[in-house]
Amino acid sequence: MPEPRARVMDRLSAILIWGVAGLVAASFVWLVGNVLQHGLAQLSFEFVTASPEDAGRGGGIAPIIVSTLIIVAICMAVTVPVGLGTAILLAEFLSGSSRLGRLVRRSLDVLASVPSVVFGLFGNAVFCQMLGMGFSLLSGGLTLACMVLPFFIRTAEEGLRAVPKDYRMAAASLGLSHTGTLAHILIPAAMPGLLAGFILSVSRSLAETAALIFTSGYVDRMPSSLLESGRTLSVHIYDLSMNVSGGDGMAYSSALVLMVMLIVLNRIAMWLSRKWSTQRVVA
Amino acid sequence: MGLVSTAIVLLIAVFVARESFPLLRSVSPVRLFTDSAWNPLEGAYNMAPMLMGTLVVSAGAVLLSAPLGIASAIFCNFYAPPSVARGYRAVIELLAGIPSVVYGLWGLMVVVPWLARFEPPGVSVLAGILILALMILPTMVMVADATFARIPSEYFQGAAALGLSRWTTVRTIAIPSARRGLLTGALLQTGRAVGETMAVLMVCGNVVQIPKSLADPVRTLTANIALEMAYAMGVHRAALFTSGLLLLVMILVIIACAELVNRERSNA
Repeated sequence: MPEPRARVMDRLSAILIWGVAGLVAASFVWLVGNVLQHGLAQLSFEFVTASPEDAGRGGGIAPIIVSTLIIVAICMAVTVPVGLGTAILLAEFLSGSSRLGRLVRRSLDVLASVPSVVFGLFGNAVFCQMLGMGFSLLSGGLTLACMVLPFFIRTAEEGLRAVPKDYRMAAASLGLSHTGTLAHILIPAAMPGLLAGFILSVSRSLAETAALIFTSGYVDRMPSSLLESGRTLSVHIYDLSMNVSGGDGMAYSSALVLMVMLIVLNRIAMWLSRKWSTQRVVA
Repeated sequence: MGLVSTAIVLLIAVFVARESFPLLRSVSPVRLFTDSAWNPLEGAYNMAPMLMGTLVVSAGAVLLSAPLGIASAIFCNFYAPPSVARGYRAVIELLAGIPSVVYGLWGLMVVVPWLARFEPPGVSVLAGILILALMILPTMVMVADATFARIPSEYFQGAAALGLSRWTTVRTIAIPSARRGLLTGALLQTGRAVGETMAVLMVCGNVVQIPKSLADPVRTLTANIALEMAYAMGVHRAALFTSGLLLLVMILVIIACAELVNRERSNA
């Protein structure tokens, strides 16, 4: 039988900890519920197919969705080859303790924690000004690529490392070249991990605002070339809620569209990584 | 190929420094903190109020969020039944995935009007702290959760054999053995809080002043860059790059601290 004081403490701490968990869960429900409640009001088929009118107070978000997709596509087109190359280098060619491996890993850590607004400054100085791309989808996509690169590399590297050693040995004993092993065995076997990294990077770039305001700009027309300015969904939400009076409803609807996209991507990534870890157990 | 990431880190440092050069050449760094005001068009570059804004809002958010995050991880590991813990982890993951601009929107439409009922104008240090605390919560929960999971199960079996109560087990075994992990979590949270732009920009009111109370509006370094970059020219633009450089240095110091904590852990 514990002394009463200890029992009281135990009871109190349990109440406190359940209380904290309840508070966090309630904030989450409040946030999501609030976005759903105000966002559903204007949501319709026209909303995703029409152009914005009156600075976004009316109409839809079609050009914004197109700009978003183009920027994310540019970002991933750069991230995937560069990131995959780095991940293969880290996982297959460099041992964990080599000096080069440590240097690359350290720079990835730093890169992952640089504030996004600093990426924005960098993108503005390099892509918009020095390389003369101006405020454009291309500048925005390239800036985002620098930003999501460390996240893609990390996940891809883990995926490659999780491929069992036996596969490599078997390939070597069959006389397969290093490139052949990579292309036919390691990359296919690590595919769920690579896909999870891909989806994680897409979600990151969809969610980003600060790095884009002064690289891809504010224009809300349908873009006709990569060198034109265009705003993504998250920039649209920011602009409507801060700079356009009466834009709140549309901001909420855009936020709802963005969140649905992100939650779907998050679920797919979770499902993939679960599949990947069960695969590892079987193998 | 692998050196691309290293190159990007160096390029960022070089370019941000290069673009801030026009200011640093003509104005001594001391003036960044002693000038009469932030008025770049008239040659006054006092960044102290914005630096204070960043520090106050980040410190408040971490002080509020770190205990809540640790409590959440304790909840998942020691209190909740497995199914509840799984659901709770899913909520934390979704919180981590919500874009900062959506946090900002919710803060602006819900939290700010609510605060304004007690103490106008509502857009304030406190609003920033509350929103930011919720935003950086998942970082702590995930790090603490992983740290608790790494504690050898023998410790808990020993505690159970001694008949320790649940709270005593958590207080005397789980928290002390996870100390370094929890510290790393708090440092990572600080890094995120310092670098966060959108949510803070939307709820803090953006008045350049050293806040005297939690209800005062304030402008952070990040918000200042986002607000003024669109029209800044010449030396003004250089001043914004200088504040970016300042942010970069702060982040590097935080990473170095986290590294130090981790190194001691691997030696111990």
